[in-house]
Amino acid sequence: MPHWLQLMAESFWPLLYAGLVFTVPLTLLSFAGGLTLGFVVALARLFGPAPLVAVVRFYVWLIRGTPLLVQLFVIFYGLPSVGIVFDPFPAALLGFVLCVGAYTSEVIRAVIESVPKGQWEAAYSIGMSWPQAMYRTVLPQAARTAVPPLSNSFISLIKDTSLAAVITVPEIFQAAQRIAAVTYEPLILYTETALIYLLFSSVLSALQTRLEQRFGQHAFALGAHA
Amino acid sequence: MIRLTAIDKHFGPQHVLKGVDLAIAEGQVTALIGPSGSGKSTLLRCVNLLELPQGGELQLGEAQIRFTPHAAPRCDAVQRVRRQTGMVFQNFQLFPHQTVIANVMEGLVTVQKWDKTRARQRAGELLDRVGLAHKADDWPGTLSGGQQQRVAIARALAPAPRVLLCDEPTSALDPELAAEVVEVLKQLAADGMTMLMATHDLRLAASIADQVVFLEAGQVVEHGNARELFTRPRQPRTAEYVATLTASLPESWQQTAATA
Repeated sequence: MPHWLQLMAESFWPLLYAGLVFTVPLTLLSFAGGLTLGFVVALARLFGPAPLVAVVRFYVWLIRGTPLLVQLFVIFYGLPSVGIVFDPFPAALLGFVLCVGAYTSEVIRAVIESVPKGQWEAAYSIGMSWPQAMYRTVLPQAARTAVPPLSNSFISLIKDTSLAAVITVPEIFQAAQRIAAVTYEPLILYTETALIYLLFSSVLSALQTRLEQRFGQHAFALGAHA
Repeated sequence: MIRLTAIDKHFGPQHVLKGVDLAIAEGQVTALIGPSGSGKSTLLRCVNLLELPQGGELQLGEAQIRFTPHAAPRCDAVQRVRRQTGMVFQNFQLFPHQTVIANVMEGLVTVQKWDKTRARQRAGELLDRVGLAHKADDWPGTLSGGQQQRVAIARALAPAPRVLLCDEPTSALDPELAAEVVEVLKQLAADGMTMLMATHDLRLAASIADQVVFLEAGQVVEHGNARELFTRPRQPRTAEYVATLTASLPESWQQTAATA
């Protein structure tokens, strides 16, 4: 077996392990939390009173206007000086949730607004209340439109979790750095790391395609008169 | 009796309804006619509170609401009114993410909390009534416009409303597809369904309405028995407006029109 292949084989399991134990949970938790936050923020932005709208707009402006790397540094290295100390994993989770929340809130706001006003009226006309119209009529249609852009955010997030390495979370990229530091084979190690990220994002994209098909059941039917 | 009294509605600086009074006899079809911008659709939408008037009063069965410019009516009062009305929209507005039968069941299951088996049975009967029982499991997007509007009628009828509101029910359809919708509406009228319809299709109004209300610039110009209003309008403005219809009046009316 050539040297490079042997090195790749030896480091494959430590890298995969770091991925399964840190990268995947960090991605899934961050996305779930971020999506929930994004939904609440979108509702506040669309239907909230003016002061709340101002607060959430400020939040979205702040997060989208600053680098994620800097946000992670502020949370992990900065906040301890005012007595707020996080372990690495929760610090990364917090940073990613805030970031995903800001971006997805804009997507969610747009897809809710994209459902025609007539659909709300049709729901009201059969006696639905606002929450019923939202839950039964508007959200299912908005969700279908939201799947592609949200999947984009999700796949970006898988890769962005590599930033957690800089705040000492032992995820894939950090594991690679450690191995590279002792083997002096950065090309081989980082190429393998790239392949492992590719593996994770391919599996997750495949899941996304299936989700899109599920939500899109009636999309084909719609195409008929569009 | 459904009664609107002194209904006032502004959209910003525009005064769209200027103290409109309207009484709708149950079991009859009332058509609101008038040029674009006359307020007929707005008035119709005031009946199920998709538009909230800034003044006046609405009485619908036991529900009674008095409107003021500042306070919106309470949610439960609005719900009480909406549960007694069904509405058919110009662009159908079927729920695209639900099958035909699920569209019809939606109000029964979500709002009235019927169990699904019972709701499905009633929805099936209604689809049969509009001649679309065989499309029950199709997606709305695969149906023709006329079929979609007939499903929309079945959906509006599902909760057994006291009045069916139709907002330009045939305007988005070509004449042939419109005809199948008119056929369904006629049958409903014959069965004694109370209907209020806003339309600029005078043929439609003449063929199914018992009562006609002619609106212009947010005011009632003339109202009365359909045949009377079309053949012997009292107001010169009404005469001018309905003249466009005379050519297509039902044949039996032509004579009356000529001798009037």
